[in-house]
Amino acid sequence: MPEILKRKKALSVSPLKASQTIGAALAFLGFRHSIPMLHGSQGCTAFGKVFFVRHFREPIPLQTTAMDQVSTVMGSENSVIEGLKTIAEKNKPCLIGIPTTGLSETQGSDVTMAVAEFRKKNPQFSEIPVVPVSTPDYSGCLESGFAKALEAIIDMLVPLADEAGTIPGRKHNQINVLAASFLTPGDLEELKEIIEAFGLQPVLVPDLSDSLDGHLDSADFSSLTIGGTDVSELLTLGNAAATLVVGDSLHKAADKLEQRTGVDDYRFDHLMGLEATDRLIQILHDISGEPVPYKLERQRAQLQDAMLDTHFMLGMTRFAIAVDPDLLVGLSQMLAGVGGEIVTAVTSVNARSLKQVVAEQVKVGDLEDLEHMVSDNKAELLISNSHGVESAKRLKIPLLRAGFPQYDTLGGYQKTWIAYRGARQLLFEIANMLLALEKGKIQAYQSIYAQKTDFREQVI
Amino acid sequence: MKQKDIAALLDEPACVHNKKSKSGCAKPKPGATAGGCAFDGAQIALLPIADVAHIIHGSIACAGSSWDNRGTRSSGSCLFRLGMTTDLTEQDIIMGRSEKRLFHSIKQVIESYHPVAVFVYNTCIPALIGDDIDAICKSAAERWGTPVVPIDAAGFYGTKNLGNRIAGESMVKYVCGTREPYTLPESVRNGLIKTHDINLIGEYNIAGELWHVLPLLDELGLRVLCSLSGDSRYHEVQTMHRAEVNMMVCSKAMINVARQLKDAFGSPWFEGSFYGIRDVSQALRDFSRLIDDAELTQRTEALIQREEALIDAKLSPWREKLKGKKVLLYTGGVKSWSVIAALQDLGMEVVATGTKKSTEEDKARIRDLMGSDAVMLEDGNPRALINIVRNNEVDILIAGGRNMYTALKARIPFLDINQEREFGYAGYAGMVELARQMVLTIESPIWSAVRQPASWQLMTNKDEAVKEVDHA
Repeated sequence: MPEILKRKKALSVSPLKASQTIGAALAFLGFRHSIPMLHGSQGCTAFGKVFFVRHFREPIPLQTTAMDQVSTVMGSENSVIEGLKTIAEKNKPCLIGIPTTGLSETQGSDVTMAVAEFRKKNPQFSEIPVVPVSTPDYSGCLESGFAKALEAIIDMLVPLADEAGTIPGRKHNQINVLAASFLTPGDLEELKEIIEAFGLQPVLVPDLSDSLDGHLDSADFSSLTIGGTDVSELLTLGNAAATLVVGDSLHKAADKLEQRTGVDDYRFDHLMGLEATDRLIQILHDISGEPVPYKLERQRAQLQDAMLDTHFMLGMTRFAIAVDPDLLVGLSQMLAGVGGEIVTAVTSVNARSLKQVVAEQVKVGDLEDLEHMVSDNKAELLISNSHGVESAKRLKIPLLRAGFPQYDTLGGYQKTWIAYRGARQLLFEIANMLLALEKGKIQAYQSIYAQKTDFREQVI
Repeated sequence: MKQKDIAALLDEPACVHNKKSKSGCAKPKPGATAGGCAFDGAQIALLPIADVAHIIHGSIACAGSSWDNRGTRSSGSCLFRLGMTTDLTEQDIIMGRSEKRLFHSIKQVIESYHPVAVFVYNTCIPALIGDDIDAICKSAAERWGTPVVPIDAAGFYGTKNLGNRIAGESMVKYVCGTREPYTLPESVRNGLIKTHDINLIGEYNIAGELWHVLPLLDELGLRVLCSLSGDSRYHEVQTMHRAEVNMMVCSKAMINVARQLKDAFGSPWFEGSFYGIRDVSQALRDFSRLIDDAELTQRTEALIQREEALIDAKLSPWREKLKGKKVLLYTGGVKSWSVIAALQDLGMEVVATGTKKSTEEDKARIRDLMGSDAVMLEDGNPRALINIVRNNEVDILIAGGRNMYTALKARIPFLDINQEREFGYAGYAGMVELARQMVLTIESPIWSAVRQPASWQLMTNKDEAVKEVDHA
C-alpha cells in the first residue's frame, strides 16, 4: 500500500486538478437530450465549456444560472427557477442537471427548495427530470464530481424495485454498466462491443460513447446532447441480469443502485491489462452462459504476444504518472504488470482507491510537485494530460497524454485503453516511445592513440 | 469591490454612447447566457504580461480549467504560462484561512520563481467571504520588496467586458507611472531618425501577430513602450505614462486606460485596428498625424506605399479565389468592423455581422462600411447563425472558437477569429495568412463528402419514396 503524501504548500502551481463541478456536468452530458446548468457565476460555465469543447472538439451544451452581484448577496434561488424555466421553454430537454459551484455553496443557496418552487410554479414542465447535485469546487475533482452526479441521478431517477415492480434478471440479457469518468468514449465503445459479443445487451449509465464520440449527426444543430443514455432506460435497470461497475470512484453510486434495484453487481477498479480483462470476460461468460467468442480469445493471445514483444522495453522502465485517482490505479497496475516501475505518482485529490496504486508513494498535488519528484526519481516517461507538455519539456522526457484535458491533440477522447485490444495498442505505443529514447546507447569513445581523424564529426 | 466602484467603471466618459443604458451591467439571463465572467476578462487582459507571477486566489474551477492560455505568445519569459492558484479548500473557507493561504502563496512564488511582480486575481468565493486582498497585497509587497498588485475581479461582479476594465484600472492605479522609460542606446537610434514613444492598448499578440506589425513600427522610429498586454513585461507597463500617443487596438473594453492616461499625462489616443490593409495603413497614418512630425509623416507614407504594393502583389492570386464569396461574421467589439474592412479588401461580401459586444461607434462604422441596411446580429444563437448561412448562401462563417464545432456540425466552412486561434492575421503580412486560411476551408474537397449520403442511404430513401407512391 503506498504512502499518501498530502498537500503541504500554500500555492498550487501548474494545477493537475479540474473542478468537481465540471465533472458533474460531464456525467449529465452522457444522457440523451440533456443539458447541465451550473449554479454559479457565468464564468464557471464559460470555462467549463471551453474545457470540454477543446477536449472533445464538439459543441457542448452547458448553461449557467449566471449569478451576479445582486443574486450573490440577496439569494440566488430565483436564478435557478428562472434558468430552469428558460431552458425548459426553449429547449424541451429530457434531463436538466444542476451542479452547484463553490460560489453558490458558499452562499448557501438552497437548490432543492428552488427546484420545488419551480415545480410548483410550472406544472407544465413536470415531465422534465431535474437533478441537483452538490459539487462545490473547493473539494473533490473532476472524477468525484462525475461520481456525485451519478449518485444523484440514481437516487432521483432509478425507481425502487418494490415500487416499480422490477425484478432482477427479468431481462435476462440486460447488463447495466456504471462507467466512471476515466473511461473514454473509445473505451465505452469497446466495452459495449465485448458485452454484445456474449449476446448480452449493455445499458451504459451514462453513455458518453453515444453523445461525445465525435460523430456527424444528420441534424445540423442541437442545443442539447445528441446521444447518450435515454432517461427512460433508467427505469429498466432493476430488470437487468447484472451490473458492472468500472472505477472505484463509483462505489457509492453502485451501492445506491444495488440497494434500489437488488441487481447483483460486479465491481472493477479498471479494465486495463490482461488480468482485469480476463476477469471481465470470465464474468460475462458466467452471466451469459455463452462460450467466450473466438475473436476475444484471439485478442487475448495477441495481447500476450505483445506483452512478450514489449517487455524488453517496458521492463524496469521508470514511469511518472499524474492523473485522477481511478486512472492512476489502472495505469499503475497495468504497467507494473508488464515490469514497469511507477517511481512518481501524483494525483489531484485523496481517494480511497489510492490504496490500490502500485507505487511507494502517491503525492496529492500538482505538476510542479511532479517535476520536483521526477528530478529526484529520474523517471523516463511521463503520463499526464495536455498540461504535462510543458513539464515533460522541462524534464526532457516524453509525454503520453491521458485523462482530462487533452486539448493539443486530436482524437485523445476516442483512444481505447481498456480490454485486450486497448492494452495491446497501449503497450506498442509506450514501447515505441521508449525505443526512440535509445536508452542503451553507449557514448562513442576513441582511444587517445587512435589513428582516426574523423572523430569530432562523427560525435556531432 | 463595491457596487459603486463597479458602477464607476461602467460609467466611461470617453465612450460616445455613455449616456445610454449600460450594456455592461444588464443582468445576465439565467439559463440563456454565454460568455465569460469578470475574472475571465481580467485574466485575459493581463495574463500576457509575461514576467509576472499571476496568482488566482480562489477555488480550483477558476484556474483549473483556464490556466493554459496558449493563444498569446511571449518573445522571452514564460512565467505567465504557469498556472498558479491558491486552490482553496473547504477548510480554508470555513475556518477563514484563505487570506493566510494567499499571503503564504505570495511568499512561495517570490521565493521559488523570483518574479518581477505578482498579480493577485480575486475570485468569487474570497470576494463573498470578504478576504481583504488589497491589504494582503500591500503587506506582502512591503514584506518581500516585490510589487504585488491586487486585481479585484470576482466573476459575479459582471461580464468579461467589465473584467477587462477592472484589469486596466488596476494597471493605471498601481503600475503605470512607477518607472521612467530607459534612454534609448545609441546603437538602436536608427541613424538620425527621431524616435517617438507609443503604447498599444488592447493588443494581445495572439499567435504572435504583433510581430507582423512591430518591424513596421521600428522602421518608422516608433518605440512601443508597452503593448498592453501582448508580449509585454512589467517594466514596460510601468512606463506607459510616457507615451506620446496611445492606440486602442482591439478592445474598447480598456478605453478607461487610454482615457485616464490622457487625463493624467495628456497623451492623446486613437482607436484603430491592425486587421486589413486599409486599417493598418490608417493606424500608421494616425500615429504620424497625432505625433505631428513631418519627417515621420514622410516615412510613413513611403512605407505604406511600399508595403501596400508588396502585399497587393502577394494577395492577387488569393483575391481571385475569394472574390464575391459571401461571409457571415460573428465576433465581438472592434473586430465587428475592422474585419469587415479586411474582408472587403479581399473582394468578399459580408452579408451580416454580429454586434453583441459592439459599441455605438462600432455600429456607426459598420454602417459606413456595409451601407445603412447592414444586417447586424445582436443575438448570435447558433440556430440563427445557421439560418442566415442557409438563407443567404453564405460561403464561410467567421466567428469565435466556441462556435467552431457548431458550424462544423452544420457542415459550414469556418474560420476562427478569436483568441484561441493558432494563426496571426494582423499587419500587412497577416492578410495573406487570413486569405490562405479562408481558401483552405472554402475550397476544401471535404464538403461534398460530408454532405453526401451513402449510396445505400439514397437507395433506401428512393425505396421509401416508391413505397409511399405505391400506397398513395
